[in-house]
Amino acid sequence: MLLLILKRIGLGLITLFIVSLITFVGVEVLPGDACTTYLEREAYGAALDACIKRLGLNVPAYERYLDWASNVVRGDFGYSLSGEMPINEVLGPRVKNSLVLASVSILIGIPLAIVLGIITALWRDKLPDIMISTITIFSMTIPEFISATLLILIVAIWLGWLPGIVIIPSDATFYELLSNIILPVVAISMIMTAHMARMVRSSVIQVMASDYVQMAILKGVPYWKMVFRHVLPNALLPAINVVALTIAWLLGGVVVTEVVFNYPGLGRLVIESISNRDLPVVQALAIILASIYVGINLIADLMTLMLNPRLKSLQIRK
Amino acid sequence: MENNLITEDKQKNKLEKAFEILKTMASKPSGLIGLTIVLFHIVLALISPYIAPYDYKAISPNTMLLAPSAEHWFGTDSLGRDVFTRTILGGRTALTVTFFGSLIALLWGGLLGIFCGLVGGKIDDVVMRVVDAFLSIPWILAMLLIVSLLGTSTEVLIPALGFFYGKGIVRVARAATHDVIAKDFIVSARARGHSNMSIIWNEIIPNVRDAILVEGAMRWSWMLLGFSSLSFLGFGVSPPTPDWGLMISNARGLMSFAYWSVIAPIVGLSSLIIGINLTADAFAKALGIDRSTKAPV
Repeated sequence: MLLLILKRIGLGLITLFIVSLITFVGVEVLPGDACTTYLEREAYGAALDACIKRLGLNVPAYERYLDWASNVVRGDFGYSLSGEMPINEVLGPRVKNSLVLASVSILIGIPLAIVLGIITALWRDKLPDIMISTITIFSMTIPEFISATLLILIVAIWLGWLPGIVIIPSDATFYELLSNIILPVVAISMIMTAHMARMVRSSVIQVMASDYVQMAILKGVPYWKMVFRHVLPNALLPAINVVALTIAWLLGGVVVTEVVFNYPGLGRLVIESISNRDLPVVQALAIILASIYVGINLIADLMTLMLNPRLKSLQIRK
Repeated sequence: MENNLITEDKQKNKLEKAFEILKTMASKPSGLIGLTIVLFHIVLALISPYIAPYDYKAISPNTMLLAPSAEHWFGTDSLGRDVFTRTILGGRTALTVTFFGSLIALLWGGLLGIFCGLVGGKIDDVVMRVVDAFLSIPWILAMLLIVSLLGTSTEVLIPALGFFYGKGIVRVARAATHDVIAKDFIVSARARGHSNMSIIWNEIIPNVRDAILVEGAMRWSWMLLGFSSLSFLGFGVSPPTPDWGLMISNARGLMSFAYWSVIAPIVGLSSLIIGINLTADAFAKALGIDRSTKAPV
């Protein structure tokens, strides 16, 4: 068991190592280095030399990689070109803002998804299911920027209930954030909830058809007791992995949502650093977002392992 | 002579099978709606250059931000261009890029996955680690980086999208290959001394084709979503190309008083994505593959 967990963590670390190689090699292989890309037309003479010296581009690539990687392991991402300050200082408030947005969305989204999933499964093909399932299909297929734009148009412009875009500095306090994030949270949790609710629905339906549930029904176990004691624990277990994948997938979607709402989080930093051609920041973001993805999946796998005794003896899934 | 007959028979069977699948797909309302929408968009993309009432790039200060009227069905945008014209033309680039992108994704992802599933061992381990690593980088970051360094022409977008949406197919194809690899007909093909290539071509592909095709259909809608997100963020096709993502992003700032120029592309893009999704779902069901427990990767 312990060996399995260690092996799983090891695999995650190997994945992160490959990610670091890919981002480094990618930036290296694609045309233009960090300095010429950033300075564009002013990339000559003293400015270029100074930049090259500051980033240490004059040493061989493998040395730079080792240097960069050892710094990253120690938590130092280097120097932002456009911000003219350490990347850690750029990242700090952004990480906090994104965490606030993500955790509020998850706190609302997961319980809602479980409830909706159970309702749609228990009333399968009846009116509640048809209505909720239609809505979930719509909200999970429509691109984030469209649902976000429609939310702004309807709630903020036509109804005038809430501010349409977030106008706060990136170092705003927690309470300032909360009053501003209602619409972004709705936009994000709409998609997330839809994905998870569909997953919960099909999982519950599968368990409901299983032998032991049929047995419980035949034994005369009261309906709701059967649902809560026999069906849900078994149905929600496989959902953990999908929840993890959905959250990880949201990392990409959040970029777009943050741009639409002008929310100062990690996602908008992705766009800003790429528009500014600030490659050191892009590299740092790639590593951080990949770590989040690997971390969430790792936690989900470990949770499934802990909660499901049957999986303990099986090989870990790759 | 006899051989000919058999191949003819096979051909006919294939056509019949395809027709059967289409019929099963259309037998449910959701599948029928999906097929209709996709067909409508494809036909529209083919004929729109001939039926567009205005020039899509004709800028005119006299017709700025007009409300929908008899001359301009969907109104005009902030540069005085006809929104109806731009909306019906807006799906062409998206459909072409994502269609060829999905083909590339299917080909390389499917073949690599089958190969890894078949040979297993060290090669498989290494390839899967690299695929995992690529999966853990958010697609949007990688796409934006490539596009910002190489440019936003379709020659860059198609292979880049094809590459990034193919890595998920590798996993599906590999898992599907694992399902058939232990079956008797593979073992006997090996015993007959067939090469790996021949086993892949004659034994595995016919058996995993359905799973991979369903995955590809699903990827198509995700790729469309990704492509239009890129356009929306200003990293996709460049103006004045009529493109839904680009139109929405341009019209968004003015939607408090000119909502029509944002609604039309929204309806166009949403309907196409929903249509492809419904079709892919119906396709999966017609082939007997359950996709409802999968998360988007």
